[in-house]
Amino acid sequence: MNFRTLLAIGGLSIAFSAPAQEPIRVGSFLAVTGPAAFLGDPEQKTLELYIEKLNAAGGLLGRKFQLFAYDSAGDAEKARGYVKRLIEQDKVDVIVGGSTTGETMAAVPLAEAAGTPFISLAGAVVIVEPVKKWVFKTPHTDRMACEKVFVDMRARGATKAALISGSGGFDRSMRAECLKVAAKNGIQIVADESYGAGDTDMTAQLTKIKNTAGVQAVLNAGFGQGPAIVTKNYRQIGISAPLYQSHGVASKQYVKLSGDAAEGVRLPAAALLVADTLPDSDPQKKVVTGYKRDFEGRFKQEVSTFGGHAYDGLMLAVEAIRRAGSTNKAAVRDALESIRGYVGTGGVVNMSAQDHMGLDLSAFRMLEVRNGDWMLVK
Amino acid sequence: MSSALAQYLLAGLTLGAIYALVALGFAIIYNASHVINFAQGEFVMIGGMAAAVFVESGLPLYLAVIFSIGTATLVGFALARFAVEPARGASVVTLIIITIGAAILLRGLATLVWDKKIHPLPAFSGDQPIVLGGATLLPQVLWVLGATALAVALLSWFFNRTLTGKAMLAVSHNRLAAQLVGVSVRRVLLVSFALSAALGALAGILIAPIAFTSWDAGVMLGLKGFAAAILGGLGSGPGAIAGGLALGLIEALGAGYLSSAYKDVFAFLIILAALVFLPNGLFGRRATERV
Repeated sequence: MNFRTLLAIGGLSIAFSAPAQEPIRVGSFLAVTGPAAFLGDPEQKTLELYIEKLNAAGGLLGRKFQLFAYDSAGDAEKARGYVKRLIEQDKVDVIVGGSTTGETMAAVPLAEAAGTPFISLAGAVVIVEPVKKWVFKTPHTDRMACEKVFVDMRARGATKAALISGSGGFDRSMRAECLKVAAKNGIQIVADESYGAGDTDMTAQLTKIKNTAGVQAVLNAGFGQGPAIVTKNYRQIGISAPLYQSHGVASKQYVKLSGDAAEGVRLPAAALLVADTLPDSDPQKKVVTGYKRDFEGRFKQEVSTFGGHAYDGLMLAVEAIRRAGSTNKAAVRDALESIRGYVGTGGVVNMSAQDHMGLDLSAFRMLEVRNGDWMLVK
Repeated sequence: MSSALAQYLLAGLTLGAIYALVALGFAIIYNASHVINFAQGEFVMIGGMAAAVFVESGLPLYLAVIFSIGTATLVGFALARFAVEPARGASVVTLIIITIGAAILLRGLATLVWDKKIHPLPAFSGDQPIVLGGATLLPQVLWVLGATALAVALLSWFFNRTLTGKAMLAVSHNRLAAQLVGVSVRRVLLVSFALSAALGALAGILIAPIAFTSWDAGVMLGLKGFAAAILGGLGSGPGAIAGGLALGLIEALGAGYLSSAYKDVFAFLIILAALVFLPNGLFGRRATERV
């Protein structure tokens, strides 16, 4: 099956091949273009690929899947419009989407009011805290990333850390979460700097950190080119304290952009990034290597954790519909909440009425950049 | 603390030199047509992206630099020829809106022709930092400062010593009079866009090894360059350079000594103050010679 046919998935092709049975309608809105395209692009590809695979394997409950996907371009207002359309016009059974927290939060009230199970692919804690009846999410939260980093800092004997973060939504949310959980993890934040979205030089902020007494480690919360510039500037002005990055830059691109400056940098990331180096005993080994093979085989581009979130979201929805034995929305919701021990690319998921994400700190692996590649920190 | 000050000054000068190049592009087009070209940032992006993609495809760096400046110049020429010039009878506001549209189009084209990823460009002469008075600078910074100085010198020669340059100055002083003595206003417009695009591309290439480049890299640099041009006085060459350097220094010193969270606020506050107290910018009007 060629690429063009793949693109037609979600369109008419299913209507022709499917039997009289009504298809299972999966709705999605993703930032396929715009500033968050690096999230939405692999997510969309993943959904298309696996809907096709599921249908090739006969679908579920004797029904095929049909994908309704819209490009919300990272814009919360557009996302709201598309979610309305998904619910009212396309009458989807479940929504798997929302690349960014902004888009997700714009969609939450609609999904709640309509009673449509909604699995978000965005990061922030606010999506599932406080728990919302119909809303679930697959990615790790920024709070977990902070805690993972702080635990590692303590293990290396550091108690005083500096924070440098960007001005984007992800960056600011992670900064706030880190400040919140620092004391609980025995870390004192002694410097707190920031930089703008289009900034080209962070030596001023880093010089300030360098001249702050007692800094034993530095954490950079951000994504995009900012963290790579921070990394290069960090080496340029010669700060010796260890540098940590966030899961926001957990892609090979960060290593490529930062070059030699990235050596020794640590960051928390999903197992997917080190799929090939995971020990065979790792529970996630099979899932992550399988997804990596499927995705890279089809699209000739490297997997990202973001595509993995979409994989987890879709598979959780499929599992819930299987357990519910129908697409009855309330039954699917209850089934989602009861999923325990599902092994995904993001970790082992144990949902509960209090936890609509179901991941713990073990879902994050601490990685270190060595010789231009990721290494698992034991 | 003097080493910290030196570091802030170096950071400010580097930023400032790039802002100055972008601001000069604004000034040249403004002089030729009274249009504020909001696609100036996109010229910066095209320069950086084209160079990065050429290098990735295996071209040696110097050829990539030449080709990418050439690409941007052609785009600038095409923008003037096919978008601005056909609407020459329209009001200046209409022309400005055309450039905003062109900026959005160029950004979209960049994501299609190239991609949405962030691209690195190798530094011209290595990444080994140079230690200077307790501060460190990358060799690329010397390239930025040197190339900016060279570009400014060449521009000054062009406007004062060549017929085309003098014709452009004449149009900026008095369009009608220039037309009456036989200067082709149409040609001046085309040359001004091509020249601005080349300058923008140069800025984009120089900064790419330090700050990387992507399809949307021009948005913020364009905005800062515009702010620098306003600060210096729209249409003034020396003003654009002074405005750019001042803006870069304010940002770096603000981030270093005050608060990095508000560094852009300081920069824009100072521009607001300049507009209130010096409505023509630092060098507007008072300068008799316009670049």
